[in-house]
Amino acid sequence: MSKIKAENVNVYYGSKQALFDVSIDIAEKEVTALIGPSGCGKSTFLRCLNRMNDVIEICRVEGSIKMDNLELNSRKLDVVRLREKVGMVFQKPNPFPKTIYENVAYGPTIHGIAQSKEEMDQIVETSLKKAALWNEVKDRLDEIGTGLSGGQQQRLCIARAISVSPEVILMDEPCSALDPIATAQIEELIDDLKKEVTIVIVTHSMSQAARVSQKTGFFHLGKLIEFGPTDKIFKNPDNQQTQDYITGRFG
Amino acid sequence: MNLILVTFIILLAFTSYYFGRKKALVIQSSQRLTALPKFYGYYLAAWCAAPALIIFVLWSVFEPSIVKTFILQDYTDQNLTKNELQLIYTKVKALAVGTYTGNITNFLDESANKYIQLKGIANSAKVAIILAILIFSLSFAYRSVQKNNRMREPVEIFLKWVLFVASLGAVLVTIGIIFSLLFEAIRFFQAVKIFDFIFGTHWYPAKTFVRDGQPDPELMKDAFGAVPLFAGTFFIAFIAMCVAIPIGLLSGIYLSEYAGRGVRKYAKPIIEILAGIPTVVYGFFAALTVGPFVKEIGNAMGLEVSSESALAAGAVMGVMIIPFISSLSDDVITAVPQNLRDGSYAMGATKSETVKKVIFPAALPGIVGSILLAVSRAVGETMIVVMASGLAANLTMNPLESTSTITAQIVVILIGDQQFGDPKTQSAFALGISLFIVTLFLNVIALSVVKRYREKYE
Repeated sequence: MSKIKAENVNVYYGSKQALFDVSIDIAEKEVTALIGPSGCGKSTFLRCLNRMNDVIEICRVEGSIKMDNLELNSRKLDVVRLREKVGMVFQKPNPFPKTIYENVAYGPTIHGIAQSKEEMDQIVETSLKKAALWNEVKDRLDEIGTGLSGGQQQRLCIARAISVSPEVILMDEPCSALDPIATAQIEELIDDLKKEVTIVIVTHSMSQAARVSQKTGFFHLGKLIEFGPTDKIFKNPDNQQTQDYITGRFG
Repeated sequence: MNLILVTFIILLAFTSYYFGRKKALVIQSSQRLTALPKFYGYYLAAWCAAPALIIFVLWSVFEPSIVKTFILQDYTDQNLTKNELQLIYTKVKALAVGTYTGNITNFLDESANKYIQLKGIANSAKVAIILAILIFSLSFAYRSVQKNNRMREPVEIFLKWVLFVASLGAVLVTIGIIFSLLFEAIRFFQAVKIFDFIFGTHWYPAKTFVRDGQPDPELMKDAFGAVPLFAGTFFIAFIAMCVAIPIGLLSGIYLSEYAGRGVRKYAKPIIEILAGIPTVVYGFFAALTVGPFVKEIGNAMGLEVSSESALAAGAVMGVMIIPFISSLSDDVITAVPQNLRDGSYAMGATKSETVKKVIFPAALPGIVGSILLAVSRAVGETMIVVMASGLAANLTMNPLESTSTITAQIVVILIGDQQFGDPKTQSAFALGISLFIVTLFLNVIALSVVKRYREKYE
């Protein structure tokens, strides 16, 4: 079932066009990986899905992006509600310089989700458990989040993202700043999370895309070259460029 | 004479730079250089100028006291005090240059001749020695250049020493200032008990004035109580911060987070212009415009307002400090990493929530640091308070009355007639050193807070 349906999305930074007529169907409760060489527009596309491009003054998005028949690329859209439903995890772990507890409680607080302290405690605990971090931090929830290791910080960011029970989580190269062990933990986590949420992940690592995703989209020079089941993309792509990229001939 | 000598040394140094470089180009044709040609020039110029100038400076420093010793040798058998000897030496010098107008004794005349003679010898010796050193050091250096020795290292070492001497100078001057403050303050505290100074509540130095002899110790006890001045200083600084912190901080947040590039481009320099206005201009603005305005408003509301009020001075001082706080807090807020903002926005936080919950706490140490720096600026500010807050040291917490500050009292004490050695004059040093300690303390805290903030993000 389709969760997000993008049609003819064009993105411009000032006069420079970054995305050309991208159309893609992202299925519910699956992991969709976006791969491609640096600067190909995959992160730009990802940021369209929760309107993070709004932060960039010169950025302009055209086309239609619908999530459950709600038009995302519309002036009238309530961006705050959208971001409650579509969470995001960034390339570099970016916990707030607050305690671990406050980091996870941040979203529920601003969206008024928890009615009481007990409820908030419950949300924090569940989120940290889902992010496979609870056992490591349960005794030091009042320590500063930035004091954790890189992998723990990234899992804290994932806990923060799932604390508001989003329907979609966007991940922008979530493992590129992590060591292999931390990467493996995050990948395992992604596998667990997809039972409940739709995940879109941008990654530089093709092996990671092959491991975690069900669908893969290959971007090149701002265009979506090929999109399909991950197996097919990696084993038997239709497009020569995809074939070349997968086999490491460029990129 | 000295001017000609120094000019000569410097010109010679420039010339030797040129020759050193030229020589290097010649060497280059036969063998590989050890450094760029300009280093050969620097090397020669440094060897030319440095030894000669060092000797010149040392000579100029020590020559007068040596000459003095020679002259005063003739007077040692007369059992004169140090002050009398100093007087004689001043007379001798005056006679020698022809500006002496008193009685000329034979003895004095003889000394003056001796002085002229000594000066002549000293001058010729100086020129001779410096020329000798120039020849020696230049020939030594030139031989080194000819041999194509390593040039880069000596030049780098020389530069290191030049920089060292410059910073040593700055440090020594600071230490000198602190010690001169300290010594005079200690003398003051010999006349006035430190306890009376720190805890006394009356500041009225004028009443200790007596035409001759020592002032009455009982009067002294009650004239130098610094409490009203400290209270006034911090009170006015407090009023200033009440104006400056909200406006400065909010405008800093607006500039860094909300303003578009166009607004920021013009608004920031305009706010910074406030920092460029001379404080004396703020001073008469406070005294002539704000002061009377406050009085008028107060009178209209039936309040007793003096025309020089703490409120007027503090408010204007606050305006003066706004750019400090807004500019510094703008900088620290801008320095908060963008990925924290992204993290907050991606959670669905609005701009104001992001500012309040993420950016402001993250930037807080830097903001506190900038506020402390601004406080120390407010405490040390002089011109505005001299002109607008009144000069009578009232111990009051009423912003509508006039009050006085440490800086303003120092000005009052040191303008007009004053006697050195008088406790009234020395009290300025005691006030100065207390002010120095307060601002030093504030600056140290501010800098350590800012430093801790830096460590967090770099």
